[in-house]
Amino acid sequence: MERTFSLAIAGSGGAGVMTAGTLLLDAAARAGLYGLMVRTSGPQIRGGEAAALLRLGAQPVATLDDRFDLLLAIDWLNLNRFADEVPLGPGSLLVGDSDAGEPPAALLSGGARLVTLPLKKIAKRSGGGWVNMIALGLAGRCAGVPADALQAALRSSWKREAEALQANLAALAEGAAMAAGLDAPVPAPLVPPGSAPEGRWLLSGNEAAGCGAIRGGVRFVAAYPITPATELLEWMAPALSRVGGTLLQAEDELASVNMIIGASYGGVPSLTATAGPGLALMAEGIGLAVAAEVPIVVVDVMRGGPSTGIPAKSEQSDLSFAVDGLHGDAPRLVLAPTSIADCLATTEWAVQLAEALQAPALVLSDQFMGQSRAVIDKPAHDAVAAQRLVAEANAPEYRRYADTPSGVSPMAVPGTPGTVYTADGLEHSERGIPSSGAADHRKQLAKRERKLAQHDYGPHWADIEGAGELAVITFGSTTGAVREAVARAAARGTSLRLVALRLLAPLQANALDRALAGVRQVLVVEQNHGGQLLRYLKSRTDLPGRPSGLHRPGPLPLRPGELADAFVDWASARAHKEEVPA
Amino acid sequence: MNDMTAPLAFAAADYKSDYKPIWCPGCGDYTVLSSVTKALAMIQRPPHEVAVVSGIGCSSRLPAYTTCYGFHGVHGRALAAGTGLKVARPDLTVIVAGGDGDGYSIGGNHFLHACRRNVDLTYIVMDNHVYGMTKGQASPTTEPDWDNKLSPGGTGVRAFHPLVIALASGANFVARAFSGDPNGTAAIIAQAIRHPGFSFVEVLSPCITFRPEQRQWKELVHAAPVAETDDPARAARRIMTDDGFNVGVLYAGSRPVYARAKEASASLAEIEAEFAL
Repeated sequence: MERTFSLAIAGSGGAGVMTAGTLLLDAAARAGLYGLMVRTSGPQIRGGEAAALLRLGAQPVATLDDRFDLLLAIDWLNLNRFADEVPLGPGSLLVGDSDAGEPPAALLSGGARLVTLPLKKIAKRSGGGWVNMIALGLAGRCAGVPADALQAALRSSWKREAEALQANLAALAEGAAMAAGLDAPVPAPLVPPGSAPEGRWLLSGNEAAGCGAIRGGVRFVAAYPITPATELLEWMAPALSRVGGTLLQAEDELASVNMIIGASYGGVPSLTATAGPGLALMAEGIGLAVAAEVPIVVVDVMRGGPSTGIPAKSEQSDLSFAVDGLHGDAPRLVLAPTSIADCLATTEWAVQLAEALQAPALVLSDQFMGQSRAVIDKPAHDAVAAQRLVAEANAPEYRRYADTPSGVSPMAVPGTPGTVYTADGLEHSERGIPSSGAADHRKQLAKRERKLAQHDYGPHWADIEGAGELAVITFGSTTGAVREAVARAAARGTSLRLVALRLLAPLQANALDRALAGVRQVLVVEQNHGGQLLRYLKSRTDLPGRPSGLHRPGPLPLRPGELADAFVDWASARAHKEEVPA
Repeated sequence: MNDMTAPLAFAAADYKSDYKPIWCPGCGDYTVLSSVTKALAMIQRPPHEVAVVSGIGCSSRLPAYTTCYGFHGVHGRALAAGTGLKVARPDLTVIVAGGDGDGYSIGGNHFLHACRRNVDLTYIVMDNHVYGMTKGQASPTTEPDWDNKLSPGGTGVRAFHPLVIALASGANFVARAFSGDPNGTAAIIAQAIRHPGFSFVEVLSPCITFRPEQRQWKELVHAAPVAETDDPARAARRIMTDDGFNVGVLYAGSRPVYARAKEASASLAEIEAEFAL
């Protein structure tokens, strides 16, 4: 990976650090850079601590770096709570306000150089400009983002009176001047191309997932607000309305999942979005969608669990629940986007699969992807869309749950004459009549399993990269860090194969076998405490060698440097060991 | 208005399927089913343009006994499924049916919010003051001193008042009917279906298996002594003070019906363009 610049702007809630971070990412994009901005904040709605974490570079950025080049703190209030989320090293610059007192010791323990500047005093002097605009000007100059791009970003987002804009443009310039006046050594700035080529987008993973849902054909959403999924819903509410769909705020998650099942039964592709606690409440409804064969999509923007857990921080710990957490034998689809951009394509694919297979599809996004914003290349639109198999009007001897070879049976849309049936969560005959008979139960269980097992999922089930006798398997949002770590390990002479799973259930065991052909050992990397992916893979397939796991819970992200170190150590330990012959 | 001289396209029998109900002999739900089919014949909507949605319980078996599209979901969530269906498919006539346990206990929250949301659907509760399918436990409308195995000596908890709750929560049409009067019940259900917004019809429907004393209900029911009203204060006073056997339309209001604009005003490409730099 080419050089990148990592910076954090921190301050107490309300100081405007998120606004500054968002504008800086926008400005960097205008100057032709790629970038990522991660939001981190405490549990308070107003007045808590908050930080915008950015990484900018000439290539797409999928993960945060090991260390930050710059931490700019508007105040030190509660910043010690963030110290481990903003690791600083000997080359890092820590900038604080001259009147804010001493910084938390933890921030300096890595050897960062501290500089204090009169941020708030200068802001007051700038005639109404805000301190976060001083910070933006300063951080932008340090990172190499040109002043005209910063000004353009500020102008285009400005919604208040013109005089205040002038004051804040002045504040931007003051901040840049302060950066220019810093004594060496300072981290080397980037040199951006100057302007953005056509076809770049700037969006969050939550927005990308919402957009993918609409691309996939979703026209009805019912949902209950929950962190960190709410922004997905708030983006969809007006967007869905503009394309002729509806978003309905339900009274709880039990209602949301049953509402979308009702809407989808009515023939309208439907989705809900939630996080772990909501997903748990929806379990019975998802089972109904399995049994009654109603297509639905549930996007789970994962956060720290169990229970209320850590609502605003990321973790990949709903995997076990997603793949196994329903009562009865209940085949379902589970997918996980591997990047912010992929939130779009994977959610779109989930809608298509749910519709084509008349089954629930769970999409495992997470807080890291959902609430982060990134500059991406505009995703291609795959026009080949799988569709629901709909029963013809007056189909003779219509059997809703006919035991077809594929397992998929035509689904009648209410309003169609001659195909009346009752969708049922009770076990049923092929005609949909409730049945507790052994033969009907076996037939319908096998039908529902077969339709998912036999489907041809094509090449998108995983991203498979590199070669070698050692492989790293991961899924979801950790893919970005793992991919970068694999590249760094390769640069140090350790070749690893990477398998990033996108379709988790049904597990493509045969395809995984082929992807791992020639591999002696695997390491499974994931962001949770218990090694859920490792356990899942071991329960469903035979992995080569003695599979190892590298797993750590949230909220700290897995960083590429520590992963690369771990990969090199793991590989060198495996390289010298005699293998037991098969 | 229909041409009264033209032959009707659909008779009540056209809405009745040939599946044999699982209900006990003497169950009130048989006549509720016949009232539903009679009401649909009054409406004259083709069966395939009607959807009957239910949860779990004896009465929730009703959808498959009609020739309409049916949805038999999970316990307590019928109103949620019916709401999603009606909002996504406003062209359909949606009837949600169930019992007192399904609607007032496990589904109680959805009942409140369906009333206040006022989506244009009809909710029929066959209230027998007992859980029948699980063989005789107290429901929210059971008298507090009714002795049963799960609550020996009774629950000691006062009965829930569904009509007052519905009125207070914003239901646009509130009525009580009695299964022993199938024609009267059919007329009320037809009126409920025609009335815009959320229409709630509580049908007293005896369970003579677990509550044989409910055979007496036919002696106790009586017509609403005053004309139906669109004044919620009058309706509330009357419902709060009646004896629970007052049959008729007790409130018919004109609250705005839940509606969402369905016309597309932008293409997907226009929306996506907002992500571009």
